Amino acid sequence: MPELLEIKNLRIEATSYPPGEPPRDVVLVDDVSVSVAKGRVLGLIGESGAGKSTIGLSAMAYGRGGVRLTGGEVWLNGRDLRALGAGDLRALRGREVTYVAQSAAAAFNPAQRLIEQVIETSLTHGLMGRTEAEARAVDLFRKLGLPNPETFGNRYPHQVSGGQLQRAMTAMALCPKPDLVIFDEPTTALDVTTQIDVLAAIKEAIRDTGVAALYITHDLAVVAQVADDILVLRHGKKVEYGTTAEIITAPKEAYTQALVSVRGIDHVEKAPAPSVLSIQGVTARYRGTHFDVLKNVTLDLPAGQTLAVVGESGSGKSTLARAITGLLPPARGRIVFGGRELSPALESRTKDDLRELQMIYQMADVAMNPRQTVGTIIGRPLEFYFGLKGEAKRKRVQELLDQIEMGKGYIDRYPAELSGGQKQRVCIARALAAKPKLIICDEVTSALDPLVADGILKLLLNLQAQEHVAYLFITHDLATVKAIADRIAVMYRGEVVRYGTKTDVLTPPFDDYTDLLLSSVPEMELGWLENVLAHRKMESAGN
Amino acid sequence: MRRIPLSALIGLVLTGLFLFAAIFADFIAPYPLDAVLGKVWEPPSAQFWLGTDTIGRDIFSRLIYGGQITIFVALASSLLSFGLGSFLGFLAAVRGGWVDQGLSRLVDLVMAIPTLIVALVVLSVLPINLTVLILIMGLLDSTRVFRLARAVAMDIAVMDYVEAARLRGEGQVWVIFREILPNALSPLVAEFGLRFIFAVLFISTLSFLGLGIQPPLADWGGMVKENKDGLVYGKAAALMPALAIALLAISVNLVADWVLSRTSSLKGGRGA
Repeated sequence: MPELLEIKNLRIEATSYPPGEPPRDVVLVDDVSVSVAKGRVLGLIGESGAGKSTIGLSAMAYGRGGVRLTGGEVWLNGRDLRALGAGDLRALRGREVTYVAQSAAAAFNPAQRLIEQVIETSLTHGLMGRTEAEARAVDLFRKLGLPNPETFGNRYPHQVSGGQLQRAMTAMALCPKPDLVIFDEPTTALDVTTQIDVLAAIKEAIRDTGVAALYITHDLAVVAQVADDILVLRHGKKVEYGTTAEIITAPKEAYTQALVSVRGIDHVEKAPAPSVLSIQGVTARYRGTHFDVLKNVTLDLPAGQTLAVVGESGSGKSTLARAITGLLPPARGRIVFGGRELSPALESRTKDDLRELQMIYQMADVAMNPRQTVGTIIGRPLEFYFGLKGEAKRKRVQELLDQIEMGKGYIDRYPAELSGGQKQRVCIARALAAKPKLIICDEVTSALDPLVADGILKLLLNLQAQEHVAYLFITHDLATVKAIADRIAVMYRGEVVRYGTKTDVLTPPFDDYTDLLLSSVPEMELGWLENVLAHRKMESAGN
Repeated sequence: MRRIPLSALIGLVLTGLFLFAAIFADFIAPYPLDAVLGKVWEPPSAQFWLGTDTIGRDIFSRLIYGGQITIFVALASSLLSFGLGSFLGFLAAVRGGWVDQGLSRLVDLVMAIPTLIVALVVLSVLPINLTVLILIMGLLDSTRVFRLARAVAMDIAVMDYVEAARLRGEGQVWVIFREILPNALSPLVAEFGLRFIFAVLFISTLSFLGLGIQPPLADWGGMVKENKDGLVYGKAAALMPALAIALLAISVNLVADWVLSRTSSLKGGRGA
């Protein structure tokens, strides 16, 4: 039997326009061959820039802005897509192959009801009548576990949650009964407890409809739950290709082994110590609202240690950071830092208070002024707090660059000339330059690829040992927490539901929410998803 | 450096010619500004390239001297409006609160009255000279720059790097001039070209209405006014300065368009 999708020696190129240089062609994907049989799921995995989305889109002979398929063959249902004209491709897309994008919020038209958008493709291709299409959509809503499937489609995109919207897009993709669906990071933007629901829904829908799928993600643990085969990609080239069991249990290549064992950092929690930061009964709300986003939060952070604040979006963990830094003065409660009480508002804090409390952001891209060089970015706190100038400042900047393992040659570069991991390192150096007692890390690794994130976490741990700096580590990723924390606070809807040393918090008995959160983190083993769903106590927060 | 598109090249060359002629007017103009040399409304000839005006002065010479004044006044008032408008706009965006409210409502108030009417009223009271003209045009135009600068700065002010600077304890001056200004420069530079054209049109309008540049000085709007009666008799003299205004507006526009498209792709951040 011929395969449904057969990609042979695919080569994809694009033209890049580096500033100040003539345009040149770059190879995005080189010599990649895969095949997908009917009803099978192929996982494409790799870090950003690995070419996984590009390969995924090539299955419908599509290239994003300026991307060209320049070599190889793409066979779908016995036809070579590269030989088809625009009209044939239009007839094929949405009928034989459909696409589920990462950001459902950006993919839906906000001014149209969901049902209209879900059945649109089936109608324009003349595959079924309106009544039949609507019935099928409702059926799919039910299969995907959406609430009130009969009336769900009457809502507008902003009236449903992110996880529901992602499932609605899956319904949209499945509605015209395609042979192949491309899932492009469908759960990456979701909270961990929502991700598991969507993942289960997608998996079940794939099984029920017998559709084949390409599942693109950067998270090996996720893809292990849904895929039959896995293709590991790096820099547009194949690293390893095999069944899911082969890849997970017996990876051959070094890169795959690194992916499988990622976050293997072993961190032993430190002994109790006097606190550097003590948050006492802090309650806060945003101006003009009548809802407390922080409710009576009490936490202690020992000097030189790491307190991880865990929770899903909307749990108030970033607001806690704003309250500590003074950007959102709390309505009630005290914050004691380094033995003295911090004044609530940023404007009335002393220069030393500001210096000793530094912050690192999630998106290193926007945390650095794009028009300043690395030297200026790291040098400014040195000049501002310590009055360093000229050669002395430059020397200290270079020391800091050495400390973050970047070395020479970066001091005069602009942020745009750095990789994602390097950008985050420069942000760390900027915080370190102030010689702080506490650094607030707000989701600092969640925008990074797993291996790069690993490097950042190791660096942070090393720096903590050298400089005796404390971290308040805000994250939604429990694997990160296990790797770095000494103490953990679990937050849910503005409250701390569980707080203590790492061992205490991660040892049963759990409260319901902590249990849900801990059990939702995908693990690198086969059959994990089914196992977890069978033992759940609480519905996820997003529903 | 990518290739400059043809339209921008044409704009650059023409704008350059206008500027060159304005700066070196004394060396280029064949006749003095005020010399009456020929008959009234002579057609273009080898002696008078663009003909003569309502009292027999060489139009080409007057066009060059007039350009000098028109461009100078427009440039000076644009610089004033940009300096003032963008500083206040940035301040409003950074400070927020009552500073923002106060400035924004004041600007709304000024913009609610048509600029030309405000200018006409003020100029009929104050003595008309170059300084007053530049000040009035600059102040009126700064309201528009204020709005743009405030909007651009609002986008930048929510960036994490501005928050990082605030958490570091930086003052307002650093935030405005070191964090916001360098990132707001590109859209403002493009806008400068457009506002400059509006200033040219504005000063020409004022002169045409008799409240701008006063004789014996020449400027393009004033020249249209002097010669407009000729149109009735089929004399083209009034069209020459009008064409000059149009040509300058178009060429600066072409350059501004190019700057805008270049910088907006820069804002995409990937250098693509």
